[in-house]
Amino acid sequence: MGHMTYEQSKSVALKLIIVLAVITIIEVAIALVGKGYIIEGFHAPIFVMAILMIGLSLYKAYKIVYEFMHLGHEVPGLLKSVLLPVLLLVWAIIAFFWEGSDWNARRTLIDNKNKEEVGVNTPTTMDIKQWEKEPLV
Amino acid sequence: MATDTTGQVKVDSGTWDGGNEPFKASYGKLMMWYFLLSDSFTFAGFLIAYGALRISMPSWPVPDFVFSLLPGGIENMPLIFVTIMTFVLLFSSYTMVRAVQEGHQENRKGVVFWMLLTIIGGSAFLGCQAWEWNTLIGKEHMTISTNPFGTHTESGVYLEGDGHHINEGDTFAEGDSYLIHQHSGEFHPLSYKVTEGDDAGTTKQMEFGPKAFGALFYFITGFHGFHVFSGVVFLIIIMVNSFTGLYAERKNGYEMVEKIGLYWHFVDLVWVFVFLVFYLI
Repeated sequence: MGHMTYEQSKSVALKLIIVLAVITIIEVAIALVGKGYIIEGFHAPIFVMAILMIGLSLYKAYKIVYEFMHLGHEVPGLLKSVLLPVLLLVWAIIAFFWEGSDWNARRTLIDNKNKEEVGVNTPTTMDIKQWEKEPLV
Repeated sequence: MATDTTGQVKVDSGTWDGGNEPFKASYGKLMMWYFLLSDSFTFAGFLIAYGALRISMPSWPVPDFVFSLLPGGIENMPLIFVTIMTFVLLFSSYTMVRAVQEGHQENRKGVVFWMLLTIIGGSAFLGCQAWEWNTLIGKEHMTISTNPFGTHTESGVYLEGDGHHINEGDTFAEGDSYLIHQHSGEFHPLSYKVTEGDDAGTTKQMEFGPKAFGALFYFITGFHGFHVFSGVVFLIIIMVNSFTGLYAERKNGYEMVEKIGLYWHFVDLVWVFVFLVFYLI
């Protein structure tokens, strides 16, 4: 605990666990209220809910790493050598989510193409061969 | 050490020349940090794969429909059980912090007491997960390749009941979730009549949900559960060692407890994100 007395660090830990528990309750409340479980007929946009819940989760992660795991009290070199590599994940998230949404677009495209019906007026291969021999127009 | 031109031995004494701790952390603690860093990449890989696959599908099982049961046959309690699991793990993180603090005070009894509570918390979490898996496998028949949780893509009216919650003539809207039930070992997807859209009037059958859901769920929560399990095993070993006075002899403020504490908080940290992507969003 270094700079804190035993009693101080005890109360810091207790406060932190209460903060984390309250944030968890808020997250679950956002999920349930936003999807219309608490207030009848109320629906929040999923985009807003996701931003709020991701933000709160990142705050929880920050508190756990900096206070419980004490990274905030280690020397700057150790802190950087652990945290900087994590930045690589930023690109991983962008790249794979990009890939995922492109995949989705292709699935939809194929799905729509499969649904297209061959109508009465659509020429088939046979018709085209016939038409090449003796054009109607 | 290096030898200069006069042949005399010269001792390098810079920060990185050995003999001291530039990061003011022991080798063991430092390596625990780097192990956790690499482990976070493994988990991030899994969770990003989950996100990419989820985005790639037109529909995905809605978590508050999939995870809405409580032990004792209580239904329609979305996310409550998994919130309890989160609290159990969070509580065990607190008792772990207390064990580390008692270790710094060289208080053997305190360390053993708080570690015991942490072990109970970890085991309770594993028990909850066992119940959750048991419900999904035994009752709802989700496997790594079959996902009976689907989402309606159009509104309609059921032409038959499933003997659970759905009766003949019940209506549903686009985006509503459903579970295909099994009767005597066979899935029975219900047939329904579409009431809106291009296909209005046609009769269709429920389709299975995205296949990847089961495999991703069992693999990711299983991998996390395995971390919790091995954490509990290490906690037991270190608690016994603390009890026998092994760490008291080392007079280093129970550093071993601090190291397993890092691991235990990391497991809680991963759960924050598993909870976020699987259950909340």
